[in-house]
Amino acid sequence: MIWNEEVECISRDEMRKLQLKRLKDVVKRAYENVPYYKKRFDEAGINPQDIKNLEDIQKIPLTTKDDLRAAYPFGMFAVPRREIVEVHTSSGTTGKPTVSGYTHKDLDIWSEVMARGLTMFGLDENDLIQNTHGYGLFTGGFGVHYGAQKIGATVIPISTGQTRRQIEIMKDFGTTVLIVTPSYGLYLAEVAEEEGLTSGDLNLKSIGFGAEMWTEEMRQEIQKRFNAPAYNIYGLTEIMGPGVALECPEQDGLHVMEDHFYPEIIDSETMEVLEDGEKGELVITTLTRHGMPIIRFRTKDVTRLRRGECACGRTHVKMDRITGRTDDMLKIRGVAVFPSQIEKALLKMDGIEPHYQIIVTRPQHLDEMEVQVETSPELFSDEVKELVGIKKKIENFIHNEIGLRVTVTLVEPKTLPRSEGKAVRVIDKRGLNS
Amino acid sequence: MKIEQLSIFLENKKGRMRNALDVLADGGFNIRALSIADTSDFGILRLIVPEPYKAKKILEDNNFVVKMGYVIAVEMSDQPGGLGTILGILDDSDINLDYLYAFVDEKEERAIVLLHPEDIDAGIEVLKKSGTTIIPPEDVYNW
Repeated sequence: MIWNEEVECISRDEMRKLQLKRLKDVVKRAYENVPYYKKRFDEAGINPQDIKNLEDIQKIPLTTKDDLRAAYPFGMFAVPRREIVEVHTSSGTTGKPTVSGYTHKDLDIWSEVMARGLTMFGLDENDLIQNTHGYGLFTGGFGVHYGAQKIGATVIPISTGQTRRQIEIMKDFGTTVLIVTPSYGLYLAEVAEEEGLTSGDLNLKSIGFGAEMWTEEMRQEIQKRFNAPAYNIYGLTEIMGPGVALECPEQDGLHVMEDHFYPEIIDSETMEVLEDGEKGELVITTLTRHGMPIIRFRTKDVTRLRRGECACGRTHVKMDRITGRTDDMLKIRGVAVFPSQIEKALLKMDGIEPHYQIIVTRPQHLDEMEVQVETSPELFSDEVKELVGIKKKIENFIHNEIGLRVTVTLVEPKTLPRSEGKAVRVIDKRGLNS
Repeated sequence: MKIEQLSIFLENKKGRMRNALDVLADGGFNIRALSIADTSDFGILRLIVPEPYKAKKILEDNNFVVKMGYVIAVEMSDQPGGLGTILGILDDSDINLDYLYAFVDEKEERAIVLLHPEDIDAGIEVLKKSGTTIIPPEDVYNW
């Protein structure tokens, strides 16, 4: 089933025509209504009229998360605030969060793109969809919710957590489609097994997963455990939320909803736009968004684009699953964590010399984060109970900073590896970057 | 009356204690007494050496984190109940002990316990009052 065959199977020529028309429109709206864009365009010496073909988009300056943050809270809105009917924010882990505002029309678009994606997963009005993404400022919960309601499926808005309850409901209600983060999916499967459930007790026909990096092995494991195919969801709060790109039954990349979100791949050093098939940083322009048009946003996610006919019949360009980041952001159990936050937490300890190392593992399908901290005379005590107290104190500071429990290990001075004088801050043993 | 004690932070990893002891051996320090407190991921090596400040510096030069602290050295009768008597004195005066370690001084044929009460001065006071023999630092370093 294809939700919107007319658009999803459109010819390349028609798509380019549509994109150009929408690009001209969004650039004009952004320039006229958002002081940030007017300033950036003027500085770059370009005018909305300069956009004559799709390639002209490359003349427009790129926008970063810092730019959005500088406009906090509502500076990027292109409509009066009363026309915004919903807001979401990024987690705000590295300072002020970025705010995303939606008009009624924007919510319609969001529903539409998610409906297309959920249809790829086989969802229709007869289905029961259990949405374990959190409902709140995070976009994950609502994005899935809107799409599923647009299709007319029955939504179980259970949100994250209450794992045993999740399993009970999955079984008693006969959930047919499950939406999870990959690591939470694996955790759910494990608890289900402990509860003595087999895949035969469940009625799942597909699983949609997103919001964190994963490997093909993880997908295989989830599919095996639940005995149902699992499909990838991609999105980001700044652009819309989940629904920017979704995976079709071919399980070979995600179709970018390019009539709404225009993708480019750039070299994050030179900012040059790369050819299809080349790996680089994904840059997205919202072609239709009204409340908050976003032009050439640097996602910092690394992927590549592939064009050509897909066996599913859709013509939208495909992107690979995200294989890395251009910055040092880590996703730990779905939460964005930057090494700088750990540093900030450590600095709250008196006398700490912030030589530290973050070690991320995934021992039981759930991310674990260990922070090794080199001791210093100020941090050392002759007594075990005090040393344990110091360790706990650092753990609490980090918890306050990033919202996650981590294990702190005190290590001897000068024992953490340094390369060319620079400390190696992160060792990610999850193997997600291949 | 107080004996200077070095406490060294050690990771609970193979070879770490030996590294610290090698540094001291190379510096020509003869360890008089030693104990180790260990947890699952770190340990604290406590030791008594002559010239503790010099030893501290050498250890620090070799990237160890070292803290100088104090313990009380007390002579006890080398027979059953000897240590209990000492602990009784502290207990009766409500003085908490953080840790202790004991050994036998062969030269003088006496048993010695090194005590680390929460309040070291209060500890010395009650021990003195009870007539316990407190061993001065010079004696300890020169065993």
